[in-house]
Amino acid sequence: MQALTTKAKTVGRKPMTFWEKLYIPVIARGMAITFGHIFKKKVTISYPEQTRPFSPVFRGVQVLNRDEQGRERCTACGLCAVACPAEAITMEAAERLPGEEDLYKEEKYAARYEINMLRCIFCGLCEEACPKDAVYLSETLVPANFNRQSFVYGKEEMLIPHPKKDPEGFAKARGEKRS
Amino acid sequence: MHALLLSVDWPLIIEKAVLISIIIGVSLLIAMYETYAERKVAAYIQDRRGPNRAGPFGILQPLADGLKLFSKEEIVPNHSNKFLFILGPGLAMLTAMMTSAVVPWGGHIHIFGRDISLQIADVNIGILYIFGVVSMGVYGLMIGGWASNNKFSLLAAIRGASQIISYELAMGLSLIALLMMTGSLSLHTIVEQQQNGVYYVWYQPLGFLIFLVCAFAECNRTPFDLSEAESELNFGYHQEYSSMKLGFYLFAEYVNMFISSAVMATVFWGGYDVPFVNDAAFGLNHGVNLLAFLQVVSLFVKIALFIFVFMWVRWTVPRFRYDQLMKLGWKTLIPLALLNMLITGFVILLKQNHWHF
Amino acid sequence: MNLTQILFWFLSALALFSAIMVVISKNPVHSVLWLIVVFFTISGHYILLNAQFLAIVNLIVYAGAIMVLFLFVIMLMNLNAETEPQKNKWLKMAGVIGGGALLLVLVAALKDADTRNQIAQTGVGDIGLIHNLGLVLFKEYVIPFEISSVLFLSAMVGAVVIGKKE
Repeated sequence: MQALTTKAKTVGRKPMTFWEKLYIPVIARGMAITFGHIFKKKVTISYPEQTRPFSPVFRGVQVLNRDEQGRERCTACGLCAVACPAEAITMEAAERLPGEEDLYKEEKYAARYEINMLRCIFCGLCEEACPKDAVYLSETLVPANFNRQSFVYGKEEMLIPHPKKDPEGFAKARGEKRS
Repeated sequence: MHALLLSVDWPLIIEKAVLISIIIGVSLLIAMYETYAERKVAAYIQDRRGPNRAGPFGILQPLADGLKLFSKEEIVPNHSNKFLFILGPGLAMLTAMMTSAVVPWGGHIHIFGRDISLQIADVNIGILYIFGVVSMGVYGLMIGGWASNNKFSLLAAIRGASQIISYELAMGLSLIALLMMTGSLSLHTIVEQQQNGVYYVWYQPLGFLIFLVCAFAECNRTPFDLSEAESELNFGYHQEYSSMKLGFYLFAEYVNMFISSAVMATVFWGGYDVPFVNDAAFGLNHGVNLLAFLQVVSLFVKIALFIFVFMWVRWTVPRFRYDQLMKLGWKTLIPLALLNMLITGFVILLKQNHWHF
Repeated sequence: MNLTQILFWFLSALALFSAIMVVISKNPVHSVLWLIVVFFTISGHYILLNAQFLAIVNLIVYAGAIMVLFLFVIMLMNLNAETEPQKNKWLKMAGVIGGGALLLVLVAALKDADTRNQIAQTGVGDIGLIHNLGLVLFKEYVIPFEISSVLFLSAMVGAVVIGKKE
């Protein structure tokens, strides 16, 4: 059979030389190598304190966006639900009542907006489908939990903090890269 | 009965009892932190960080491990021999702790108007006592392995026991060469002879090397941890054990490591002798208590170095195959030790009779 | 009654008890373990006689090495109650007669022995210390000592020869 790579090494079965039979020099060399490793830089990242940077295309849990005045952008058009290949999104529309203009941007809004995070494949098609920039995928992971019901995220989990009332939370949720 | 009670030297008994409890406590503490050190050394050699969550730098990790072992379920297999099953770990622990009785941990301190020697028993057969106790150590392993009524445990126990017996021979022979030079079996005398700063390792480098290799084998440490070879024997002789009984077995290994490091430091590296310091003169100038403190510190530094070597070797060298192990023990180490013995005897004869060639 | 005597009686009682247990235990592994206890008590007696070297050598050689080999063999044979062969009735009778004869000889020998004037010197003699023992072995008994060492050597060579045979 022809070798596929040039990396293959033939294993020699010749008897050990006297120098090798002594074991001690070889063991000493090995111990020198391991001792050197004690002072090497550690590759570990202490996770909760330090995190690896996400790649720019990372897609995490969805966030429902607000505009600059803190109004929800979603109009419950359902395009995201249609686009979703995993059928993870459900929503219920409601009509904006007079006096709620500072809550919802358009005349129709999502009274209930749920994404089942166990079904979601984080493909980002909902973000692409949204005509109003109302939903996007953030850089947050979905934390583990014990029961399935807790993975159905509603508006209270996904809605971004209010930009006026909680500007720090808003900035944090938006992140630096997504302006 | 009154006369009997009066005939006992009570202060001596109290003194020894306190000393024994301190030494047992210290050995257990050190064994605890050996587990921590083992994980740290392993981690650093493998470019990791090791346990660092429980307390600062993870120094509470052994406590957490101990708590875990204590709170685990005790399982005694149905078809095991219950009494022997429980006796096994106890024996392993007992024999591990008993060796510390003859190791001189320091000179002597002067406290409450008494000169207290920091050695539990200065028997004139100190080294033989260590050998006796080490050879007893086989029983903890064998009884545990047999009583579990498990083929893997039995195989591992027999492997471990035959390994320990084989390496005991080479260990004894390597020490005989040393004993020809010391002329005494008492560890205290051996340490006193090294007080001038010339340690026996300079006279007996080969003997020390053989002793070191045998100590690895006696403690069932890598590269000789054949009785715990996971790939062939699942988990070794303590496979059926759980909870603190398993903890005792694992702990006994670390106590053994501590004690054999102490013996190596005592016999070959001057024991409690403080290097580069004239101990006797220092004691006269600064008091015996300070000297004893320094001596204990010096001994423990030596022990810590040896323990580090144990771990360093463990995380460097892969495990021997069983036939290689036996070949090394019987065909290499024993002839080497015999040769060492002959050469030592020859040189001693030369020196005694002032022969010159 | 001083402390030494109390220890002596305790060790003697323990030695006799465990020796009897060696004989009457059903499980051979238990027999071996009781035998180890016997060796320990005998070593205790040696220490009471101030023969520390003999005590520890007894432990190393008998309890530490020979008994381990016994244990090896017995554990590997996997003896237990089910695999025990049925013993012949006549064999049992022969055993009783043989044991009784041995007892008779022992009693007869001990009856005439002078036990009054030969009291063991507990804690005062120093013949068992390693220094004195070495002097005796290498001065008075040097020829028998060397001959027995040659015997051991020949046994070792024999073992190697048997081991070499394929």
